[in-house]
Amino acid sequence: MITARRESWTGRLLLVLMMAVTLLPFLSLFVTALHPSGTYPAGLAWPDDPQWGNFLRAFEAANMGALLWSSVLIVLGVVPISILLGTMAGFAIGHLRVIGGRVVFLLFVLGLTLPFEGVITPLYYQLRDMGLLNTRWAIILPLIGLFMPFSVFWMRAHFVNMPGELSESARMDGANVWQLFRRIHVPLAMPAISSLGILLFLWTWNQFLLAIVLVDDPAKRTMSGALGAFQGQWGTDIPLLCAGSLLILTPTLVIFLIFQRHFVKALLQGSLKG
Amino acid sequence: MSRSAHRRPATTRLRGARGLVGWLFVLPALGFYAVFVLRPITLTFQYSLYDWNGIGPSTWVGPANYGKVFTDPDLFDSLVNAFQLIVFFSAVPVVLGLASAATIRRIAASRLALVARTVLFLPQVIPLVAAGIAWSWLLASTGVVNQLLTLVGLGGVTRAWLGDFATALPAVGMIGAWVLLGLCTLLLLAGMSKIDPALYEAARLDGAGPWREFVSITVPSLRQEIAVCVTVTVIAALASFDIIYIATQGGPGNTTMVPGLQIYYLAFSEREVGTASALAMVLMVLVIACALPIQWFAKDGNK
Repeated sequence: MITARRESWTGRLLLVLMMAVTLLPFLSLFVTALHPSGTYPAGLAWPDDPQWGNFLRAFEAANMGALLWSSVLIVLGVVPISILLGTMAGFAIGHLRVIGGRVVFLLFVLGLTLPFEGVITPLYYQLRDMGLLNTRWAIILPLIGLFMPFSVFWMRAHFVNMPGELSESARMDGANVWQLFRRIHVPLAMPAISSLGILLFLWTWNQFLLAIVLVDDPAKRTMSGALGAFQGQWGTDIPLLCAGSLLILTPTLVIFLIFQRHFVKALLQGSLKG
Repeated sequence: MSRSAHRRPATTRLRGARGLVGWLFVLPALGFYAVFVLRPITLTFQYSLYDWNGIGPSTWVGPANYGKVFTDPDLFDSLVNAFQLIVFFSAVPVVLGLASAATIRRIAASRLALVARTVLFLPQVIPLVAAGIAWSWLLASTGVVNQLLTLVGLGGVTRAWLGDFATALPAVGMIGAWVLLGLCTLLLLAGMSKIDPALYEAARLDGAGPWREFVSITVPSLRQEIAVCVTVTVIAALASFDIIYIATQGGPGNTTMVPGLQIYYLAFSEREVGTASALAMVLMVLVIACALPIQWFAKDGNK
């Protein structure tokens, strides 16, 4: 019993230490953000006169309202379309077992581990030729395509386990394939769909490479991409940069804390399947 | 047996759905994938065989750009750096993740375990760009890391960690480790919760200590989860971009240059589209070459 207790205390100590290291960057951002703008504060020190106004200044300097709106628009463009198309394809490949579906599925699987840097150059020229550079479509459309392997893979994994009897009886009642999909299978797939939605939201919101390459105007980028521009502009004003970073990471943090269980579950399943 | 017997009439009835109608469900997804992934991949390959500045006419150079990737020290070093980053992005989070997951499992019911699961996971949900900014400041010469070192009497080793030729790459690597630790911890924890507790009881009765228990039961049972952690983190190391772009931009010198960032510079600043594309092809092949064997390893362990 004594050994068990000692183990448990060394374990706890290790955990607390790791948590401290995890939280340290957030704490440092926060404390630094409260120092007078333009100063170069040393390490972790609570300022004599906390400048809460820095958050407001950073909010205005980074045009945060516009950035939030832009990120929301991009997410609204990417996530619903990816979910719809991914679910339809996953249904056809996993449940209907379309002829030639295995080959198509393999083609999608090929794209699962694709690093975005591999296609960013041709994407730039392609979107330029389509006249879409510097519009939000330049982020939305490629992301739908780039997330498609995962979306299809994810939804197929759900549909492949749905019993054939289910569709059989619906067909006997006269449902056509679309009704079968819409009325029976989509409602049953809601847990898989919502997990997919959480992952796609997170990956879209945090997308950086596509945002900085394909869109010049920070106000039309994702939050994450705009932060890059903000760093370029305010990189020397450390307190303001820290305040801005905190503001930009807050939305995902808040959503994570609200939907924690779903997030963790989705990300774990996501990695296990991927 | 009975399942397949049941399914046969269903598939007959669904014959139309298996053909044309079914394909209507696949085509939109396939369309997006073809236009924004498959076509760009083939274009990357095509560009890689030309000398092109992105604007003027292009000249066919065959495999010369690939030769450059492997002979030009700047380009080749970026590949070497990416592989060095694997140690930090992959080995550190997996080892620490095993330790923290084992601890959390042992005290699963306590409040500390619940809080730890949430806290360790936080870096996974914030933009990597924000992580890069936060750590650049922590690792700066007046940052918290140096402050803490001075506090414990190691003032002699303080430096601008990201600006020092010797420490920049490990420093960038630690940022990656910080980001990926939570994901590995939770993945491994999920795997541990599936291990039969009777195994541990038996081991305890045989007098096994916690270390023995860990090595003989926990790690072997987690083969698949470890493989997943390694795959995810190795890809994150090879394809790293955001953290490096923000924290060091590849410097000092070329010490933290990685393929992803190099492709970006080559294609969009130096206008060497052909060379950028050749490096992109090499990167894509490397990622697949690293990811596939780990997956196979995991599948074998599963049987």
